[in-house]
Amino acid sequence: MEDNTNKADNKTNRKEFLKKSLLTGSVLAAGAIGLNNLTSCKNKSGKKVQVLTPDGKLAEVDTDDIGKSQSCCAATPDEARTGIPGKKFVMVIDLSRCKHALKCQDACQRYHHLSGMNVWLKVFKMHDAETMAPYWLPKPCLHCDKPPCVKVCPVNATYKRDDGIVLVDNERCIGCRFCMAACPYSTRSFNWEEPEFLHKSKGSTYSPETGFPQKKGTVEKCDFCPDMLRQGKLPHCVTACPNGVFYMGDLNEDSVSNGAETVRFSQLMKDKGGYRLNEILGTEPSVYYLPPVNRLFPFTDPETESGKTEKAE
Amino acid sequence: MEENKIQLREADAINMLHQYNEDTLPKKFGPIGKAWTILLLIVFLTGVFFYTTQLRNGLVITGMRDFVFWGIYISNFVFFVAISLVGSLITAVLYLLKISWRAPLTRIAEIIAVSAIIFAGLIIIVDMGRPDRMLNMVRHGRIQSPIIWDVMVVTTYMTLSILLLYFPLLPSIAFCRDHMKGIPKWQNRMYKLLSLGWRNTSQQYNLVKKAITILSVMIIPVALCIHTVTSWLFASTYRPGWDSTNFGAYFVSGAFLVGSGGVVVGMYLLRRFNAGYDKYLTDGHFDKMGKLLVLLAMIYAYFSINEYLIPAYKMKGEEAHHLNELFTGYYAPMFWSVQFFGMILPIIVLLFKKGRKPGAMFVMAILVIVCAWFKRYLIVIPTMSFLPVQEIPEAWKHYTPTFPEWAITGGSLAGALLIITFFVRYFPIISVWEVAEEKGISHDVIYKHLHEGNEK
Repeated sequence: MEDNTNKADNKTNRKEFLKKSLLTGSVLAAGAIGLNNLTSCKNKSGKKVQVLTPDGKLAEVDTDDIGKSQSCCAATPDEARTGIPGKKFVMVIDLSRCKHALKCQDACQRYHHLSGMNVWLKVFKMHDAETMAPYWLPKPCLHCDKPPCVKVCPVNATYKRDDGIVLVDNERCIGCRFCMAACPYSTRSFNWEEPEFLHKSKGSTYSPETGFPQKKGTVEKCDFCPDMLRQGKLPHCVTACPNGVFYMGDLNEDSVSNGAETVRFSQLMKDKGGYRLNEILGTEPSVYYLPPVNRLFPFTDPETESGKTEKAE
Repeated sequence: MEENKIQLREADAINMLHQYNEDTLPKKFGPIGKAWTILLLIVFLTGVFFYTTQLRNGLVITGMRDFVFWGIYISNFVFFVAISLVGSLITAVLYLLKISWRAPLTRIAEIIAVSAIIFAGLIIIVDMGRPDRMLNMVRHGRIQSPIIWDVMVVTTYMTLSILLLYFPLLPSIAFCRDHMKGIPKWQNRMYKLLSLGWRNTSQQYNLVKKAITILSVMIIPVALCIHTVTSWLFASTYRPGWDSTNFGAYFVSGAFLVGSGGVVVGMYLLRRFNAGYDKYLTDGHFDKMGKLLVLLAMIYAYFSINEYLIPAYKMKGEEAHHLNELFTGYYAPMFWSVQFFGMILPIIVLLFKKGRKPGAMFVMAILVIVCAWFKRYLIVIPTMSFLPVQEIPEAWKHYTPTFPEWAITGGSLAGALLIITFFVRYFPIISVWEVAEEKGISHDVIYKHLHEGNEK
């Protein structure tokens, strides 16, 4: 009961806050502070303070959130299983802005200490037919609401959380790779050998929320950076993208942010005609795409430019 | 029907039984048998050796990567499960249908079933990234996962198959215990232990027969389950080539075909290397197995047509991509070879009476088995090879099994053959008392004869 009222309170607080900031025209800048409001905080003090964001804008936040983002701690195993209470994370990828800069991928590889050939976030060249225009499609894990991978896992090593995130517990995974067979989007990677880390994993305790350190013989994939979300920060791909392609947010709050702007999710879907990949499969992904219309950049293919013959698709 | 065909005189019957039992006692291997065993041991141990390197270094020693993440371990697993189904066909289905000519074939079929299902279980562990966490399937098992279904039905089938091999074997072990002279002490002790104090009483025979009937009824649904569930490991995904509602029936029909081929090869080799076995494994048995093979190959052809031609009629998106690679692309030579040599040619040859002679049958059965192995390769691998996925190294797009992978797979095949070989070396492969029943020798006579031997 108490939880519910808290949640409701939080929701109205946040909605008002969002409205106010939009009304006054002050754009929420720092993803860190923006997302503090996305992560759930029980027992907020209700006291608001104005803080200066890194790019010089004023923002009003709850005092509790400030403390929280500074002292973050890893989630307990239980928390890593259940998720961040009251949240339903969604990602929006604006295809009209992607120019294949691959900064998202670089950041993802770096922050997750991904070694070898395992790439969690891939950017595909989409060119289904000669008559159609090519475009770039960044593809993280889609964190489906009806995840086929979770359905087939024999040991509950990959699981769906209440906040919508699908994670892999590499301390339980038996390495059967059935989830890789089941995933219709091919988002999963396997550690075929003992992973090598740039920074030794000494001292860091494993949590499914970070996926680090990786283990030989287990499956891994994009995790929506739940450790960042828990701190009220945006995932690394979102913050690393120079063109604001990625939006991350909470469906319950109906708001998503790409770091530079925070917008209403439903409005964004409505205005730009958002869609999901392979809706026909019924997997109900949590990642939405905005069609590649009115594109910011002309499509250039580095592979054909460098003279390589590219086998389309 | 054959049972009331001949009513032998008791004295004749007893003579006959003596002869039967003496004929079928396990014998020491000659040079060929020894060389064969040593060869199998070498191949098996090579596989074990490479498995230890896989345990150390991970599955990186295989040709599998993120794109083609299941390889010949899995296709070999499907092959093992398939060939093991014959145990239920010959021992259970034909038994319940009261087809009496199956009597001398039951034990051949059942030892193939047992050895194959044991190695099916082992090869699937070999494929696991973390075999050390196997118990997680018990500790954290999710009944929603087809893998857990597979674990359950494979272990159940293994248990039933071992019992179905063991119970009819009891009188034979007892006979070895009582009649084999000049054997090492341990061998005698083994017979004594395994015969469970069998005394050839009619009560014991009745119990064994009742047990066989019960097990035969039980094993048929389980046999259908193991291969159907194995097909579901693929059919429960969204991938073109696997996403098929026909898969269960398709797998089961193919399984009966390859298993029967296995029995024919067993029959031929036993006859070839054991003088006097042609009395039990007659040309008539080959003829009947030949007819059975034709029937099974035709059923398999029916499901194959369903599996490939209807999707090919539609040529739907990714499905078309997959089918084109099979029909005219990279895998076309292998695909058409296995269809022709593993299904069409055997049907044609075995339709003729001359084609059902032991020699021709042996060749056809070998073709069926080899093609069945590659058929499973074609079911498992191409589906993953031709999905339009980018951003992976070129080398990952095509799967080529590495040498260690072949060695481990070969080791598993050699291991299964080793079980069969050792079984033939130490146990009578022809079930004499069942053959005697087939010959119309009444039960009383059998018991009397065997009991007599016991008292000697």
